[in-house]
Amino acid sequence: MNNVLKWFTRDSFILPVVAIIMGLILGGIVMLIGGYNPVEAYGALFKKVFGDMYNFGEAVREMTPLIMTGLAFAFASRAGLFNIGGEGQFLVGMTAATFVGVKFTGLPIFIHAPLALIAGAVFGGLWAAIAGYLKAKRGVNEVISSIMLNWIGLYLANLIVRQFLLQPGENRSQNIGESASISIAWLSELMGNSRVHMGTIIAIVLAVLFYIYMWKTKQGYEIRAVGYNPNAAEYAGMHVNRNIVKAMFISGMLAGLGGAFQVLGVFQYQTVMSGSPGTGFDGIAVALIGLNHPFGVLLGALLFGTLTYGSAGMSFAADVPPEIIRIVIGSIIFFIAAQGIVRWVLKPFYSKRKKEKVL
Amino acid sequence: MDLLTIGQIINTTLVFATALIFASLGGIFSEKSGVTNLGLEGFMVFGAFAAGIGAHYAQEAGMDGTTSAWMGVLLAIVLGVVVSLIHAVASITFKADQIISGIVINFLAAGSTLYLVKLLFEGSGDSPLVQGFSKFNVPLLQDIPLLGEALFKNVYPTTYLAIAFVFVTYYIMYKTPFGLRLRSVGEHPSAADTVGVKVLRYRYVGVMISGALAAIGGAAITLTTTGTFSHNTVSGQGFIAIAAMIFGKWNPIGAFIAALFFGFSQAIRNYVQLFDWSQSIPQEIIFMLPYLLTIIVLVVAVGRSSAPSALGEAYDPGKR
Repeated sequence: MNNVLKWFTRDSFILPVVAIIMGLILGGIVMLIGGYNPVEAYGALFKKVFGDMYNFGEAVREMTPLIMTGLAFAFASRAGLFNIGGEGQFLVGMTAATFVGVKFTGLPIFIHAPLALIAGAVFGGLWAAIAGYLKAKRGVNEVISSIMLNWIGLYLANLIVRQFLLQPGENRSQNIGESASISIAWLSELMGNSRVHMGTIIAIVLAVLFYIYMWKTKQGYEIRAVGYNPNAAEYAGMHVNRNIVKAMFISGMLAGLGGAFQVLGVFQYQTVMSGSPGTGFDGIAVALIGLNHPFGVLLGALLFGTLTYGSAGMSFAADVPPEIIRIVIGSIIFFIAAQGIVRWVLKPFYSKRKKEKVL
Repeated sequence: MDLLTIGQIINTTLVFATALIFASLGGIFSEKSGVTNLGLEGFMVFGAFAAGIGAHYAQEAGMDGTTSAWMGVLLAIVLGVVVSLIHAVASITFKADQIISGIVINFLAAGSTLYLVKLLFEGSGDSPLVQGFSKFNVPLLQDIPLLGEALFKNVYPTTYLAIAFVFVTYYIMYKTPFGLRLRSVGEHPSAADTVGVKVLRYRYVGVMISGALAAIGGAAITLTTTGTFSHNTVSGQGFIAIAAMIFGKWNPIGAFIAALFFGFSQAIRNYVQLFDWSQSIPQEIIFMLPYLLTIIVLVVAVGRSSAPSALGEAYDPGKR
């Protein structure tokens, strides 16, 4: 019990929570200035998400890819890498899963679906490993190479869909085989025919595995050591370059799986895209809100998904432009990043607490 | 392919490169002072937005097309500077992670500009169409074969301004005391501090100039090619500008050449059907070429980065 209490008073808990509250308040102020009623708007937002089973299921669906790209960013961050390429890895993973889903028909479901998932993970991982390899071998900044790989990934995905998988007469791929689908029919029925799928469960399991790997294994320790101080890690006999490539590969696997979930669980096909879907970038926000911790990422995705999905209800019921939510999320990240501001706001409370201790 | 087409391709290249030149020069000012700027995209979005509404209201007030366009640029500069203060306060004063702070700018830009557009124009996602800058011909020079078509016919004033800024930036950065100090706080802030350079103040100025220039870049898009602001007016140009800056090794002339290269790759899309050999190549391959080439050049030619050595580190005078 004492441990639980201690956890709730820790900085890593208080600071994000206060940052979230401050972000919501700031959003409310912006709404007030725009002539809207923030209480009504936030009410409509939460009613949209938690109002009925269908919308709740769809909100969960919305969160799932965010968990994956969030975990992807957080994993690379632990190794000191800024993986801004989640977007490209997501798309490449998606395309690999679509390819297997469409082309490898005739397989039983317990082989076809896992195979498509693995393809998505591996190709997403390889895509990220390119940036990792260039960083390790040639010192190319991973931020710039992964931005470039995002664009290349977008066009590569479109190229593959258009050349090999096109549904005649339409700007999208053929449907994946039914044996590749990871939808959960009974759960979907239970939740008002929303598009819930297996991916959500896999995502949560992977968050737990992330935690175990990073904090309970030797390999995870090495990755964190490289992230803290590559020179010290090198001196201690760790292979810094190998760890950089490995961390990027695992990071890309997570993002790639997120893309695979979208095709295999939600849409059952892949469209030719005019621009990136943005899930990779949103994953960065999710990871930052979650302080690059896997369980924080789950909470971050919950928050991000709730706000984004619910914002549609906000614009419907209270006529507030849903874009306001991006301001809220932006300010939450801002307050988390600039902890100095939050500490400054909390200062009166902190000093009060210290006084109590003295007494 | 004839001379006329080549001239037109160069002309289109310059139009597409204009915004990138401004934004990458902006990036140089910030990063030379030691502050990473991943928010260029956001500053461009704010600039494109400000230009759209600034020019719109100036036109409503009865100004002619060119004057109202300049009012749009002016408003873009003001908004760019104001928003850059968010990045500056977070990353310089409160020592937040500079990359994260830049990403925050992108988030705020995407959200708040669309929010405001919807608020101002009754729920529409686009700002009203404005006249913007008109193309003009330079007398006499436009008659030079090839060069006339490329550089002096159907040109926008913003393009000339961008090229002028390349040299102005170069001069400021390498020939003035201000430039020397700005670079010194990015290379070795504690040494600069020791000789009396106000590190934090120079960084603030660097970030503010950065916001202004990137916003002008965004404004150039609204006021030349699109004529209106919507959610996809900027669409990733800020990230390409970052690439151009790194590609050009944080040097204004280098960034200029890189921006021309990216501009060319965008221009070539419009003309690609003119070549016989390109018919059989899927368009996606042509689209990805510039990004592929960037990676190859980074690997082969650039190698270890030549970024300012204190880039991304908050300056803490107590930690020497």
